[in-house]
Amino acid sequence: MLKSIRAFFDDRDVLEVETPLLASTGNTEPHIESLQTLFREQPCYLNTSPEFAMKRLLAAYGEPVYQICKAFRDEELGPMHNPEFTMLEWYRPGFDMYQLMDEVEALVLALVDGNQEVFARISYAQLFEEYAGLDPHHATAEDCRQCALKYGIEQPVGLDDEKDQWLDWLLTQLVLPALPADRFAFVYDYPASQCALARLRMNAQGVQVASRFELLYGEIELANGFHELMDAGEQRQRFEAENKSRLSGNKPAIKIDEHLLSALEHGLPDCSGVALGLDRLLMVLMGDFLIDEVLSFSWSRT
Amino acid sequence: MATYSTNQFKNGLKIILDGDPCSITENIIVKPGKGQAFNRVKVKNLKNGRTLERTFKSTESVEAADVDERNVEYLYADGESWHFMEPDTFEQHAADSVAVGDAVKWLKGQEPCIMTLWNDAPLSITPPNFVELAVAQTDPGLKGDTAQGGTKPATLETGAEVKVPLFIEEGNILKIDTRTGEYVSRA
Repeated sequence: MLKSIRAFFDDRDVLEVETPLLASTGNTEPHIESLQTLFREQPCYLNTSPEFAMKRLLAAYGEPVYQICKAFRDEELGPMHNPEFTMLEWYRPGFDMYQLMDEVEALVLALVDGNQEVFARISYAQLFEEYAGLDPHHATAEDCRQCALKYGIEQPVGLDDEKDQWLDWLLTQLVLPALPADRFAFVYDYPASQCALARLRMNAQGVQVASRFELLYGEIELANGFHELMDAGEQRQRFEAENKSRLSGNKPAIKIDEHLLSALEHGLPDCSGVALGLDRLLMVLMGDFLIDEVLSFSWSRT
Repeated sequence: MATYSTNQFKNGLKIILDGDPCSITENIIVKPGKGQAFNRVKVKNLKNGRTLERTFKSTESVEAADVDERNVEYLYADGESWHFMEPDTFEQHAADSVAVGDAVKWLKGQEPCIMTLWNDAPLSITPPNFVELAVAQTDPGLKGDTAQGGTKPATLETGAEVKVPLFIEEGNILKIDTRTGEYVSRA
């Protein structure tokens, strides 16, 4: 698989790069926990994805780049999660979200045996309307609660009025399980409140959405991509908002990556980027839906 | 009040759910890549043995159950309670019929048991996996039937009823598997 991936990017003149796994700053995202360690008694972090460092390379050189590396996330362990996993991440200057989806599809099709149909493409809103009868952009947390009641989905302890958390819950319990189990599909145009590092835009219905997509196989998430945010000021605001959200969730704030912000100030080319979980992709290719089965030594055996 | 956060959840952890002490038997993380994580857990209610499922938003806290397991030896019953002693400390515990449950069928005295305590009160008794008990009453087996591998009921000295092979006679000492309630062999 790794050989085919490298050949794919070689053919397309995308340069393989390497960036540090260990960094002095971590990830501020409220739902992703960095693993911490110490260097000369100073706290530092294992990367949760190579995104920030790769964007700095993009800002400096403007060339398409890819990387295959390890990523680490605290708390994440289960049938689909291992605290250490392998990520393929790449960036395409000049590509919008749809062009990058085309390339993700071409890569995956180059790796799977046999005939796969063209990947379905469905917006986040269409997905919720079809499988939950809910307009995710305008629904309230209470609407989500009623939707869960209607479909007999249990209400998790501690889930109150946070709409995005409700959408996450309905997504995993109601919407994704309804997708055909043996098909690849792209979901795109996420709620603006779940933009992460994607830029925002107005969709055809005049709703502000995030130019963000995910690749799924059945209900398994394989990749997450963005039409990347270039605005340093907005990026700083998002980092600060994320840290606020972390603090209100009783999680420590994480030092903001000033290197990334100055790279954005210097100028990131208009680009799209995507991260694909290679362990998950291997699970799909092998038809083995336990992450332990595709790792040489899973966490419990390290 | 001691609590556990969801990130401390693991199999065997004892928590309070709906007022009852429970032990976690399965803990699965449900999480969209960029989204909120949830812990979907299966727990065994330590009072009634029932399994139930519950989901928590991750980082929620749950009350810890002060549950402790001790090695004890069965002493005697006084009609109301069953008395056990910790051989190391000679500390004695009296368990009621609810806590003793089915274990009573296999206890005649001095068996090493595991006592589960909740807030220092006996919650349940686990008898040894195998016990040896004498047959108090059984009908004579019919000659010639032994080859058929047939069984007949027998009452043991503790009052428990088990199915035994036809060649078993009153006074025989039998080895019984307490987890299944089945005859294993003659002791």
